[in-house]
Amino acid sequence: MNKYNLPDAKGHYGKFGGKYVIETLMPALQELQTLYEEAKEDPKFQEDLRCYLKHYVGRPTALYFAERLTKHLGGAKIYLKREDLTHTGAHKINNTIGGALLTQRMGKKRVIAETGAGQHGVATATAASLFGLECDIFMGEEDMKRQSLNVFKMRLLGANVIPVTSGTRTLKDATSEAIRNWITTVETTHYIIGSVVGPHPYPMIVRDFQKVIGEESMRQIMEMEGRLPDTCVACVGGGSNSMGLFYPFLENEKVKLVGVEAAGLGVDTEKHGASLTKGSAGVLHGMMSYLLHDDDGQVTEAHSISAGLDYPGVGCEHSYLRDSGRATYATITDAESLEGFKLLCSKEGIIPALESSHAIAHVAKLAPKMKKDEIILVCLSGRGDKDVNQIADRMGVSL
Amino acid sequence: MSRIEKRLVSLNGNKALVAFYTAGDPDLSASKDIFAVIEKNGADIIEIGVPFSDPLADGPTIQASSHRSLQKGTTLKKIIQLVADIRKTSELPIILMTSFNPVFVYGKKEFVADAVKAGVDGMIIPDLPPEEAEEFLGIAEGLDLVFLLAPTSTPDRIQQVGKVSKGFIYYISLTGTTGTKEALSAGLKNKVNEIKKSVSLPVLVGFGVSGPEQAKQAAEASDGVIIGSAIVKLIAEHSDPAERDRKLADFLTSIKKAINP
Ligand SMILES: Cc1ncc(COP(=O)(O)O)c(C=O)c1O
Repeated sequence: MNKYNLPDAKGHYGKFGGKYVIETLMPALQELQTLYEEAKEDPKFQEDLRCYLKHYVGRPTALYFAERLTKHLGGAKIYLKREDLTHTGAHKINNTIGGALLTQRMGKKRVIAETGAGQHGVATATAASLFGLECDIFMGEEDMKRQSLNVFKMRLLGANVIPVTSGTRTLKDATSEAIRNWITTVETTHYIIGSVVGPHPYPMIVRDFQKVIGEESMRQIMEMEGRLPDTCVACVGGGSNSMGLFYPFLENEKVKLVGVEAAGLGVDTEKHGASLTKGSAGVLHGMMSYLLHDDDGQVTEAHSISAGLDYPGVGCEHSYLRDSGRATYATITDAESLEGFKLLCSKEGIIPALESSHAIAHVAKLAPKMKKDEIILVCLSGRGDKDVNQIADRMGVSL
Repeated sequence: MSRIEKRLVSLNGNKALVAFYTAGDPDLSASKDIFAVIEKNGADIIEIGVPFSDPLADGPTIQASSHRSLQKGTTLKKIIQLVADIRKTSELPIILMTSFNPVFVYGKKEFVADAVKAGVDGMIIPDLPPEEAEEFLGIAEGLDLVFLLAPTSTPDRIQQVGKVSKGFIYYISLTGTTGTKEALSAGLKNKVNEIKKSVSLPVLVGFGVSGPEQAKQAAEASDGVIIGSAIVKLIAEHSDPAERDRKLADFLTSIKKAINP
């Protein structure tokens, strides 16, 4: 078993990661790293975090044996890690509670965040309300249309939602605009990034706040099955729910780790979000990672039915895991994800987020090929309430 | 001595004027004409902006300019070609300002070889701080890599950046993106003095220097000014080339006069 201890001191995961940002932000990143390292060793900070996760977020979340789905697919036993049952309905809150506690520790009074599906925006607005912080959320205009319910929720929670009208008007541009705002307000503001992306130490911090998913899952599956799963599956947008699930399993090389990217209309079209499958190394949003870009180094548009996977980049640690072979990455199309969505609704009485439906759809392909005594553990990263309007639309149902 | 160093030394205490504009906006052939106007009207160094799809350090003016340029099909290869073309008739120092990704995708070694051959003198890559620049510094033979400092830079970082920067230090006058409209910060002079205590390179001030009055103040506090968004905006506002060139000439003359009264 190899000891896994990335990133290195400079925030690199092999050739990936790093801090590719303008000088203005470099001191803040250094400060954040120092502050985080202290917090990590501070029992009081860890206890505060644990308390909020337990009493406010509702952790540990259930690990649920999906018996009817397992029977229906006729292969491996399927366990769902129920991040959809957290307060606000997705794993994103694990990270924003941590981020808000760090903000408090810094003595800053304002947080900003980018959001695609709106889940990270809602989770940040929630944490900001809980800790009495001022909160601005950057969101692409296109996503504001797709996720109008979440826009309203953020406003109810007291956040300003700032429409981003540049570029593709989705997550990529919302992230760019949040970074620009941070460049201007860095002395008073903490940026809570929504996934394992951005300059070091962000990918590490977000992973550490999300690894609770994997740690609980490991404990729960040991209690329920007396052994580790054969395969872990999670969807990959920026890659935080998957990184959170995978991380505690990295050194158990017998456990296969499978990330599921958005194939959109198909990976052989130009409309997908499969950076690890179809992209190549490049620099965007402060890190070196797999990226969808053209021969001139211009970032290309991503596409996915789910706003949370509609991003041309991906977390740098996933790029490392891909190249090292420790994790593999599959893709699921828009159409397949809708089948995954319906499958979970009809077999288990659970309405999943469209992002998570990509993981379910991949499990539907994988499970039948595995033996009945094998185990798949899949991260159900969020619930589908936010997607119901969009799906009704696609089904031609007016609400 | 590099072309950039020679030029700055030859100023003999006069303040430097560095002019920035985006290559390919409104198009690459206009870029050649604009270069000539800027050269004729007192710029000491010209910074040519390489458009990028996601320019994180730029405000709306340069973002929009980048976008227009990319719509016209501008690429890094074509910009290097433009420099080679300009080099036939000009000895003015030329710096390319670019995000790192286009250079990375081009291939760092190939890029350095092609850029030097074309007559590029230096590079400003805002998202490549010293921490990530080691490899590039090792191969960028013939190019002055100009690094940036900011109001937020700590004494340690001033030392670190001072050690690796070549040609000059690009001091970002304000905590913000390019084109941010704001009075020059009160701490500008102190910060520049602090930098000059530990770094022997000239310190030029950019970001947010938009007119003669600000240029005058910035130049009084430093070794010269870098003007970007104001030029890009002026170019964008004049679709008639003759009018554009006349306005640009007037503008540069007024800046030149303000910084070296
Ligand atoms: C429910 C849900 N799952 C997954 C994602 C994708 O993000 P990540 O890959 O960082 O987990 C999102 C993002 O918005 C989401 O809302």
